[in-house]
Amino acid sequence: MAVLVDKNTRLIVQGITGREGTFHAKGCSEYSKQFGYDIVVGGVTPGKGGTTHEGWPVFNTVEEAVNATGANATVIFVPPPFAADGILEAAASDIPLVICITEGIPTLDMVKVWEIVKSSKSTLIGPNCPGVISPGKAKIGIMPGRIHKEGSVGIVSKSGTLTYEAVYQLTTRGIGQSTAIGIGGDPIIGTTHIDALKLLNEDPETEAIIMIGEIGGSAEEAAAKYIAEFVKKPVVGFIAGQTAPPGRRMGHAGAIISGGEGTAAEKMKAMEAAGIHVVKSPAEIGEAMARVLGKG
Amino acid sequence: MKIHEYQAKEILRKYGVPVPGGEMAMTIEQAETAAKSLFSAGNAAVVVKAQIHAGGRGKGGGVKVVKTLDDAVARSKDILGMQLVTHQTGPAGQKVQRLLIEEGSAIDRELYLGLVLDRASAKIVFMASQSGGMEIEEVAHATPELIYKEYIEPAVGFQPYQARRLAFKLGLLPTQINDAVKFMTGLYKAFVDTDSTLMEINPFITTKDGKLLALDCKINFDDNAMFRHKDLKELRDLAEEDPLEVEASKYALNYIKLDGSIACMVNGAGLAMATMDIIEYAGGKAANFLDVGGGANQEQIENAFGILLSDKNVKAIFINIFGGILRVDVLATAVVAAAKKLNVQLPIILRLEGTNVEEGRKILAESGLKFEVGATMKEAADLAVAAAKG
Repeated sequence: MAVLVDKNTRLIVQGITGREGTFHAKGCSEYSKQFGYDIVVGGVTPGKGGTTHEGWPVFNTVEEAVNATGANATVIFVPPPFAADGILEAAASDIPLVICITEGIPTLDMVKVWEIVKSSKSTLIGPNCPGVISPGKAKIGIMPGRIHKEGSVGIVSKSGTLTYEAVYQLTTRGIGQSTAIGIGGDPIIGTTHIDALKLLNEDPETEAIIMIGEIGGSAEEAAAKYIAEFVKKPVVGFIAGQTAPPGRRMGHAGAIISGGEGTAAEKMKAMEAAGIHVVKSPAEIGEAMARVLGKG
Repeated sequence: MKIHEYQAKEILRKYGVPVPGGEMAMTIEQAETAAKSLFSAGNAAVVVKAQIHAGGRGKGGGVKVVKTLDDAVARSKDILGMQLVTHQTGPAGQKVQRLLIEEGSAIDRELYLGLVLDRASAKIVFMASQSGGMEIEEVAHATPELIYKEYIEPAVGFQPYQARRLAFKLGLLPTQINDAVKFMTGLYKAFVDTDSTLMEINPFITTKDGKLLALDCKINFDDNAMFRHKDLKELRDLAEEDPLEVEASKYALNYIKLDGSIACMVNGAGLAMATMDIIEYAGGKAANFLDVGGGANQEQIENAFGILLSDKNVKAIFINIFGGILRVDVLATAVVAAAKKLNVQLPIILRLEGTNVEEGRKILAESGLKFEVGATMKEAADLAVAAAKG
């Protein structure tokens, strides 16, 4: 059954006529077509409503697109200055799932958006994330579908390429994935580690979980507490940035150790205390999961 | 983006937040002129303050109070041009190229005010503490209950009652409360208008005659919001940044200089951090963090090589790429072309995985260049460490 994304997903793309939007709309469409259906039902570009783009109907507003297509998910490829507005427009249309790929949204824009999205009917994933994939069913986002394999390991991660890395290590060991959720590397994100863990914990198809975090903030510590209390499935964990210097932003807007908070050491300690199988090397994620599942 | 104290104080002034009078000086002559005018205006004391992008300047000897013009000149000579070492600069210190010459204040109490983003609640939090002049992290560690906090609802902004609550908890006098509300409201407005990620007034002082003053001020701006603040962008002082990082930023490369000998080139921030980590486990040290991004082409790889090769500590280059959207064969072609064009002599160790990896490895093998290819991330890290030890 997987979570968030499956064969029932009806996806619209905000910014579908842009370069990124077009490229990845095709990617999402082609991935699902392998399984006999197309999840992409249209797109939104203000001012281009009524036209078609690569065969998909284009609408002026998200509201129109939802009404016309029955979309239940949207993916946002709008440039950073307009992305917060794009998220608010999506939430105002009561669309259940909003995935924002855009990197570089001003933090104060997200402060305003967050409160409104939380009280809306929409679940926001991201921003600054690769998206969500349920292998063998559907993907919404920019991840390479090919490296995935359908199965029972759920993944939650702040980082894109590191998620691909973990997926690849699993797939090459013959271990499949239920759903991989890229929650994003910004300081303010719609779905946190805990939110994603809840979904995977309640998903009967998910037998084990990989949790990938990175320096900055204390979301991993909070997630560790949640896991200790509520998650009975085995969890393998990794934290990137164990050797990162304090006070420097390591690529992601959220990846910074500041005021002594957000170090990898603290996070790993909290995760180990919660019974998570923490690996120190990123090369050992797949191996550790294989061991946990008794396949190593 | 970081700015200097004197620049931060100019911003506060615009928002009606009281700061001591003063002027920035880049030469001894400017410092003397500034001190002279402060003394002739009747100030009994003048403060000479080093302007660098790091805290702990006072303890490092970068802040001096003087009573005479001669002393002001002498201390300015000491400080301007010195390598100021603080707990935030690293052992090499930072060269002082600007001074702030400021009027002295008759300090009664030293307090703390700060505005910062609280990630868990996704709100801006206004913090206050009676322990001014200390590192707030130390206070937070030792006595977290003595840091007073007000969480700000973005829809309505910082409210006067929140300012009053903080002001009374700081033990300000009833006669100071209205000034404190104005002070804090001005700070909040400045924070929001400038898209700051951090604003600290440490110390926030009361003077012997009962006035409130921002004696020091630190502001960091949100890099992601600088597209809408052309004026603030101009406050950037490139002299405070690592020259290689300045160069890398011209090419939109996400590069941070570190002090090891193994240069890294990686796609994706998370994998780039993880690559630094695995190098350390293999017994080496990364020379940098570098995320070339998901769409790296030959030009971008060339730019990246250029930056990595300018770091004289580098003994080996470790390229760790996970080809997802970016195909490995395309990347391998770009690496070969860039390495040939720049005539790279250092050992290059690659670890490539993902889409079209076989084609990519073939391109490397047939290039005529001496690449070492690790089958796994671990093996490649071991090879890189061995090559760097040479």
